[in-house]
Amino acid sequence: MSDMISLIFITIGVVFDLFGCIGLIRLPDVYNRLQAATKSVTLGTCSILFGLFIKYGFSAIGMKALIAIPLLFFVSTVAAHALVQGSYKFGIKLWGKTVIDDYKDVKK
Amino acid sequence: MIISILLYILIGLSFCCFFRVVFGPSIADRMVAIDIFGILVVGICGLLVLITGRLFLIDIAIAWILLSFIGTITLAKYLTGKKLDE
Repeated sequence: MSDMISLIFITIGVVFDLFGCIGLIRLPDVYNRLQAATKSVTLGTCSILFGLFIKYGFSAIGMKALIAIPLLFFVSTVAAHALVQGSYKFGIKLWGKTVIDDYKDVKK
Repeated sequence: MIISILLYILIGLSFCCFFRVVFGPSIADRMVAIDIFGILVVGICGLLVLITGRLFLIDIAIAWILLSFIGTITLAKYLTGKKLDE
């Protein structure tokens, strides 16, 4: 039973990773790529680790997988935020069809 | 069997990230691809734990999260134009 539930979680995680990498290939801009890829890939990998925790229970390896989940959440979002700010300050252009740019007013 | 197929899918996705690293138009695209690759490797390590049953692979996954974070923060700081010890 726990094998089945963990396999369902791992499959959901791999599907989210697939969508994130399709977004990484297909989208036109750095910022679009990053908001598509980082969120869904982080959620997919956390789902894989949660499936690992369900499979192994409260043993050493399951607890390490459970600890790695909030670590991955915080670390990945902070890294993505720093990357967006850095690439904006480096002067990388937005996509041509971008509607609104609020950060331009914040910087001055 | 199903887990092996999922592992092959994840390895193919990491090659997609490698495509973006090679053909990315700007430097930020390459850094985004490296960041995503670092997260995908954690999932690959999790699936390898299920296949092989080795306990040390989850430790490698946790260490890879931290090293990927440090590398991405360093590259982002390089992009903002600051020195690395600033």
